[in-house]
Amino acid sequence: MRIICPIKRVPDTAAAKKVDPDDHTLDRDSGEAILNANDEWSIEEALRIKERGSAEVIALCMGPEQAQTTVRKALSYGLDGAIQVTDPAIHGSDAVATARVLAGALADEEFDLIIMGNQSSDARTMLVPAMLAEFLDLPALTYVKNLDIDGNSLTAQRETPSGHVVVRAEMPAVVSVVEAINEPRYPSFKGIMAAKSKPLQTHDLAAVGVDAGQVGLDGSWTQVVEATPRPPKQAGDKVDDDGSGTVGAKALADFLAARKFI
Amino acid sequence: MNVLVLVDHDAGTPKKISNQILTAARAVGGGEVHAVVLGQGATASAEKVAAYGVSKAFVWDNPDADAFATEPMTAALVAALEQSDAMILLYPADPFITDVVARAAVRVEAGVVTDATDLELDGDTMIATKAIFGGEMSSRCQVRQGRPQFIGVKANAFTAEEGGGAESECQVVGLDVTLDDKARRAEVVDTVEQEAGGRPEMTEASFIVAGGRGLGDAEGFKLIEELADALGAAVGASRAATDAGWYPHQHQIGQTGKTVAPQLYVGAGISGAIQHRAGMQTSQTIVAINKDADAPIFSIADFAVVGDLYKVLPPLIEEIRKRK
Ligand SMILES: Cc1cc2nc3c(=O)[nH]c(=O)nc-3n(C[C@H](O)[C@H](O)[C@H](O)COP(=O)(O)OP(=O)(O)OC[C@H]3O[C@@H](n4cnc5c(N)ncnc54)[C@H](O)[C@@H]3O)c2cc1C
Ligand SMILES: Nc1ncnc2c1ncn2[C@@H]1O[C@H](COP(=O)(O)O)[C@@H](O)[C@H]1O
Repeated sequence: MRIICPIKRVPDTAAAKKVDPDDHTLDRDSGEAILNANDEWSIEEALRIKERGSAEVIALCMGPEQAQTTVRKALSYGLDGAIQVTDPAIHGSDAVATARVLAGALADEEFDLIIMGNQSSDARTMLVPAMLAEFLDLPALTYVKNLDIDGNSLTAQRETPSGHVVVRAEMPAVVSVVEAINEPRYPSFKGIMAAKSKPLQTHDLAAVGVDAGQVGLDGSWTQVVEATPRPPKQAGDKVDDDGSGTVGAKALADFLAARKFI
Repeated sequence: MNVLVLVDHDAGTPKKISNQILTAARAVGGGEVHAVVLGQGATASAEKVAAYGVSKAFVWDNPDADAFATEPMTAALVAALEQSDAMILLYPADPFITDVVARAAVRVEAGVVTDATDLELDGDTMIATKAIFGGEMSSRCQVRQGRPQFIGVKANAFTAEEGGGAESECQVVGLDVTLDDKARRAEVVDTVEQEAGGRPEMTEASFIVAGGRGLGDAEGFKLIEELADALGAAVGASRAATDAGWYPHQHQIGQTGKTVAPQLYVGAGISGAIQHRAGMQTSQTIVAINKDADAPIFSIADFAVVGDLYKVLPPLIEEIRKRK
């Protein structure tokens, strides 16, 4: 079995975000960048499948040259290799353009399963998994919190607001996972050392068969026209409860009543 | 300009978020409001949305929509788009709907803007305002390729108000959808409800009461549920609480959980780590109860109680019941 894990390099949540005043894209060098948290669960799930039977697990990352550190990080968990798509024309790509590039990179790859995070912490569109499935003409099982594989069949629990639905599909397929699916491991020292020599293929747009006019700021189907910091929220009143509970409760109830919540 | 709204519904009852979006469509589009309603109960839901000024409803009331994931609904949505003259499609920002929209947008070659909290028409283009980077920044985005412009709208961004419509004035158009085998390749074989109904869904609730590690154990969530029920609120949780197994993951608020922006968020025993704030800091009113006077959540709280939640919540629940 061959499994592909699309992974994204994202700014650390705690890092100060800086947006380019001209094109409104994130300045990806302005703060520390990390592997998207949700992609750690997809990597973990792929590794568990590998450990249960046998599988080759390959990371796929569309990102700038610096994303190589993120790819190496992914490899350090124990993946077998990686594909990185890097091209100056990709800068500013939206979800459709991203899915198009990822699909292009997989057009000539053999695989049975694509496992990815359900959301990236920066763009957070939740669009890429279903769009990638559409470009590749595959079924998609998304928001998965439990995945069983039996022969060629996938049985997944898709999270709903009050529980889940159980969905079945045959491979090849796209699966996106939520946090509840597993507890990711930490890379071992051995894994970190081995990551340095794992095979990493780097492609430009031409190599993945995508026209530069269909990606980046000019080729994307959506556009950011303005991005501004939100004014910091002001803290309101603070009441010290005296240990009785009733002082705090009364003050809070008064506040809720004044705002017409009760 | 005519606006088409993808109506999310529970087997015959339109969800609150759908009514909010229909109201927004009426105000901002300047033209007719059309609806597309898919899945079992779509006919009944279409009758109900007429009251929101819908003049035409595309309906596909078919069990296949729910028996297979995403793709039958995608086919039906694309069929509606083929017959619709709408330049804009507004849809509820819900995970399963997002999948349908994502596939349909690739199929009809149109861009998608997600999570709008405000809408404004500029000529033929809808400009959507949305929070980015967990609410640290605000942006204005537009679709500039393809028709219709797909725009997802967040719950509680608009207030639902009926207006100017009646069932008799709404033209219902049954959609003719032919599904190939491919559309049936992800089969729904079971539906599991872990929770008794009755509480509002967290992502569309007007009020949310959230609990964190400060509750100490799973039992503590009974108190959170009691407060939620007194307020008519949904229940949320921090990652510390869902990780510990005190409450199901689907209730997790934050960077790796859900983003919520209710009218009222009440956090009890939650410190307000940046990853938690990334999922709730655009809430309209924030209230926090924490025994640590320096808890970071207090810096964004409109009202803060420094105290032990086990002391404060029981009399608070009493007060609320008394005043209701
Ligand atoms: C990649 C990543 C993603 C993450 N994603 C999320 C996410 O989506 N959502 C999320 O919530 N977190 C997320 N986190 C975790 C986040 O960093 C915090 O660890 C988490 O939010 C803490 O939860 P908490 O506030 O319940 O617990 P704590 O930070 O431990 O806070 C508990 C609070 O309860 C107070 N308290 C204790 N006892 C009482 C009492 N009797 N009465 C009143 N107050 C009391 C304490 O003073 C304290 O402030 C993420 C972290 C990482 C690294
Ligand atoms: N540039 C990228 N390269 C590889 N995978 C990506 C990229 N962007 C998004 N993804 C994948 O798509 C998932 C959902 O991201 P999003 O749709 O942006 O919320 C992520 O968890 C990744 O698995």
